Amino acid sequence: MTEIARVHGVGDANGERAKSLQTIYVYEAPVRIWHWANAALILVLCVTGYFIGTPLPSVPGEASASFQMGYIRFAHFAAGQTLIVFFLLRLYWAFVGNKFSRQIFYLPISKRIWWWGILYELKWYMFLVKDPKKYVGHNPLAHVAMFSFMLFLVFMMASGMALYSEGQGIDSWQYKIFGFMFSIFPNAQSLHTWHHLGMWAITIFAIVHVYAAVREDILSRQSMISSIVSGERLFRDDIDDFPR
Amino acid sequence: MGAGTETFYDVIRRQGITRRSFHKFCSLTATSLGLGPLAATNIANALETKPRVPVIWMHGLECTCCSESFIRSAHPLVKDAVLSMISLDYDDTIMAAAGHQAEAILEETRAKYKGQYILAVEGNPPLNEDGMYCIDGGKPFVEKLKLMADDAMAVIAWGACASWGCVQAAKPNPTQAVPIDKVITNKPIIKVPGCPPIAEVMTGVVTFVTTFGKLPELDRQGRPKMFYSQRIHDKCYRRPHFDAGQFVEEWDDDAARKGYCLYKMGCKGPTTYNACSTVRWNGGVSFPIQSGHGCIGCSEDGFWDQGGFYDRLTTIKQFGVEANADKIGQTAAVVVGGAIVAHAGVTVVRNMARRSKENSTDNSRSNGKSAG
Repeated sequence: MTEIARVHGVGDANGERAKSLQTIYVYEAPVRIWHWANAALILVLCVTGYFIGTPLPSVPGEASASFQMGYIRFAHFAAGQTLIVFFLLRLYWAFVGNKFSRQIFYLPISKRIWWWGILYELKWYMFLVKDPKKYVGHNPLAHVAMFSFMLFLVFMMASGMALYSEGQGIDSWQYKIFGFMFSIFPNAQSLHTWHHLGMWAITIFAIVHVYAAVREDILSRQSMISSIVSGERLFRDDIDDFPR
Repeated sequence: MGAGTETFYDVIRRQGITRRSFHKFCSLTATSLGLGPLAATNIANALETKPRVPVIWMHGLECTCCSESFIRSAHPLVKDAVLSMISLDYDDTIMAAAGHQAEAILEETRAKYKGQYILAVEGNPPLNEDGMYCIDGGKPFVEKLKLMADDAMAVIAWGACASWGCVQAAKPNPTQAVPIDKVITNKPIIKVPGCPPIAEVMTGVVTFVTTFGKLPELDRQGRPKMFYSQRIHDKCYRRPHFDAGQFVEEWDDDAARKGYCLYKMGCKGPTTYNACSTVRWNGGVSFPIQSGHGCIGCSEDGFWDQGGFYDRLTTIKQFGVEANADKIGQTAAVVVGGAIVAHAGVTVVRNMARRSKENSTDNSRSNGKSAG
């Protein structure tokens, strides 16, 4: 047996071994569809929501000739309820999908290595370590971010439906289910305010999310943006992260 | 005052209606309701024997605007409510008795109509310094309130004071004024908020309780559903302008003269549950929005602490600065955006430094782009 035959994987004529790269199917189709539907709906919700809080300049003419605020609110309500439907489908998928489809709905707080991972990722973002670790799903820091975002979404959905129920009336099913929000925020004005602040929190999340995704896609040892398009995560090196 | 035993029949006779007419009325009522042959006698019997409901009306920390509103009721007229429907045994603001005589009525009613009288409370008790900020008849109001509530059938909380606390409970609330449901926990409480509540809503609640002998259906926050289940915004006559996107931008602009929606001027109609846009005020003459001023949300919990009356996006005090959600959100977004740009800049610089230092083509390394 020649020397070159012992080299694992493929090599060139000089015996230089090529990297053997792993690709793992992480994000199944429903997860990817949910992600992009969410992105589009949140964009619509933020824009229309902003204009509900600060309406456009007054429309001239007869009131019966225009329905501008009505359409803006309709778009907001329609997008919001579509978002909820997608969220419920996504929750369902967390039960029937692969193990990565469950990740953003819980935090493995009992695992020491997960806490260590958060610290390590923080160091990576503070330029204190040379390379990040490789993770099949979300890295621990991203995991925390995604989980918090889910909590935010739940608050926005609950407060949004509660505010919507005000128009539907207190006998509506929306009020029966989400009216509890008015026990927490007895004056609806403050619920409006917190819902509006939530919009900014989601905007800030989106800014950080896009920056981190692009940065990780360029710098990390694994694919990011193409993964949420194709579902496959490519690892760019074959070095063991946790030597046995 | 003190004529709590007077029945509805007595009242009817007092108003000059003959016994013959009274029985005709009972027969006609029974027939038109499709009741059996004995019903006319039953109705007559009930009206002859049922005493008018005794009402004790107490005043705590407040401005008497609820009473001022109440005496302007048009449907029913307040004289009918006070003289015919209820037996207003005690109301220190408008009663003839004074001093010890007045105070004696409280004790008398409490003993005589134990568990049968209605306690109407205008204003609220301050708890600080053992209730010394509101002394009524030589005793802290909070003590009298608890005592009278113990033997009441039900409690009516008039106005924003009794329901939510109103201005005396607004931050920083030096007297620790609290809504009455914080000190009365053993009785059903009907909240009739507003600053003041609409006169017809007040007499309407009284009429309901005396007519049916039970409390009206209440919503989640304890308000009668019949008057507080819809927002001002839902029944506002300017609502078409809101849906069309036609807003008053400044108080003296053309849109204000045309009567456009006051949303941008901070109208709290979209978050205020009350009957102003349907019942209106002063016998249905007008209501704030009709008069060109936005709703200030006076029937809502803590309306004094909800920021400006003239801002749509109200200020948030939790963050220690006076700023609305947009200002806070935009500032935070700019700060985060700036931090990201700085972070990206550092990343690029560190990366270039690392690459020129290593300049390696070692295949087993990571992609060689990482910062280090």
